[in-house]
Amino acid sequence: MSVAVVGAAECDLGRTGRSAQHLLAQGVGRALDDAGLSPCDVDGLATTGLGRFPATQLADQLGIRPAWTDSTAAGGAVFEMYVARAAQAIEAGQCSVVVIAYASNQRSARSRSIGGAYDPATPEAQFEQPYQPLWPLSYYALLAQRYLHTYALDRSDLASIAVRARAYARLNPAAFRYAEPPLTVDDVLGAPMVSSPLGVLDCCLVTDGGGAIVLTSAARARHLRREPVLVLGYGEAVTHSAMASPDDLLATGAAEAGARAYARAALGPADVDVAQIYDAATVSVPLALEQLGFCAPGEGTAFTGVPVNTTGGGLSYCHPGQLGVLLLVEAVRQLRGECGARQVAGARTALVHGIGGIGSSHATVLLGVRP
Amino acid sequence: MTEDEIPVDEVTAPWWDATRDGRLLLQRCTRCACAQHPPRLLCTACGAGDLSFEEATGTGIVDSFTVVHRAAVPGTAVPYVLARVRLAEGPILLTHLTGTAEPHCDQPVRLAWRPLPDGRRLPVFHPDPESPWTSS
Repeated sequence: MSVAVVGAAECDLGRTGRSAQHLLAQGVGRALDDAGLSPCDVDGLATTGLGRFPATQLADQLGIRPAWTDSTAAGGAVFEMYVARAAQAIEAGQCSVVVIAYASNQRSARSRSIGGAYDPATPEAQFEQPYQPLWPLSYYALLAQRYLHTYALDRSDLASIAVRARAYARLNPAAFRYAEPPLTVDDVLGAPMVSSPLGVLDCCLVTDGGGAIVLTSAARARHLRREPVLVLGYGEAVTHSAMASPDDLLATGAAEAGARAYARAALGPADVDVAQIYDAATVSVPLALEQLGFCAPGEGTAFTGVPVNTTGGGLSYCHPGQLGVLLLVEAVRQLRGECGARQVAGARTALVHGIGGIGSSHATVLLGVRP
Repeated sequence: MTEDEIPVDEVTAPWWDATRDGRLLLQRCTRCACAQHPPRLLCTACGAGDLSFEEATGTGIVDSFTVVHRAAVPGTAVPYVLARVRLAEGPILLTHLTGTAEPHCDQPVRLAWRPLPDGRRLPVFHPDPESPWTSS
């Protein structure tokens, strides 16, 4: 493919005391600096989450008049979807430099509700909200319960995912849990229960944060300051909106999204050196690894064949409501070899897998650098 | 949203009205015979728009469950047991399990009703002691 990521950055993370719109602009500014570009070079924008017309608002904030925008809303996987749409728009000649961005200040603003927000016009407001699920956590809990039951596993198997996430976070100075001690399985099992079998430490953080990436044609990328990270493939699948809708909780959209991305890139799981997988909860990681073909069903919690979530993930690094853009930022940095203590030696191909809503949307992106 | 403010629309009104009489309805497609829930304008199996309501048997099994320890709505007593119940007819409902502190996946359950302030009722489920698959 002929499109590359040429810039990537986080905005301030954690508890910033900043407003969301300025965090968003900060991430864009840093990503453009990384690329050696400025806002006047940008003619494509994709963002969601802030305001009714998110991309329009960001364009105004930057003082630009983009030729292409996208504010598709599909939960935290949408940034991986934006990569696909941006690559298509660049290849079609509709625009030449795209910024994909997101930011939230939800920890500072205390704006996150554990019950979620139901639109009264949806079927879920009639048939699910009356039962008061935690949204999205109770869905991941239902998934986890079925997962443990099906493969005769227990909570300690899921806890190992949180333990590994903490270990990476302790190698990442930007991680929310960087300065904290290692986790043990017993710590995770002993933490207060939220929605069984998920305890507090099985669930992602609530933090401020976000970031941006910059894409352009591979031809133009060769003249910019950073080593181009090529978009090798992408694929997505949208499967459900209600908790009762999936017939089989364990047959997630990751299988279709992954297969589509592998086919487009002519690659398979054996080619992947490092993976960034959206971990709203511990169970997300093993199930995605299985559905993406890294290991057999039921073996995901024990699988260590590929380094996963090298930032510490949503569990221990940062979770600003939608993590997808930060998965892309870390994949780019790993491929450029910028990750210091947490660097995966010789990483040439990265898989990024976004999961949005209640496992509602899945999107896989394969990125690579030339050997 | 309070319990007497659960919305209803022109497609779901017959379903909600039946709950007043303790009848759990399912939609069935007159073309392909598939059952579905919640009520929709179109059949999710074949796309046909000709759907009728029939009464469900009220038996099912627990597909999965979660014991919720933090109230989604402030003031709600916790814990409560949220579950996906697969009805004998096939469709899955999000619901509550009552009368069991330790449910398990694949457990047989039977329909019960929880009254709402406006006379409608919410379907909930409890362990089915008459099921041949109920473990002791």
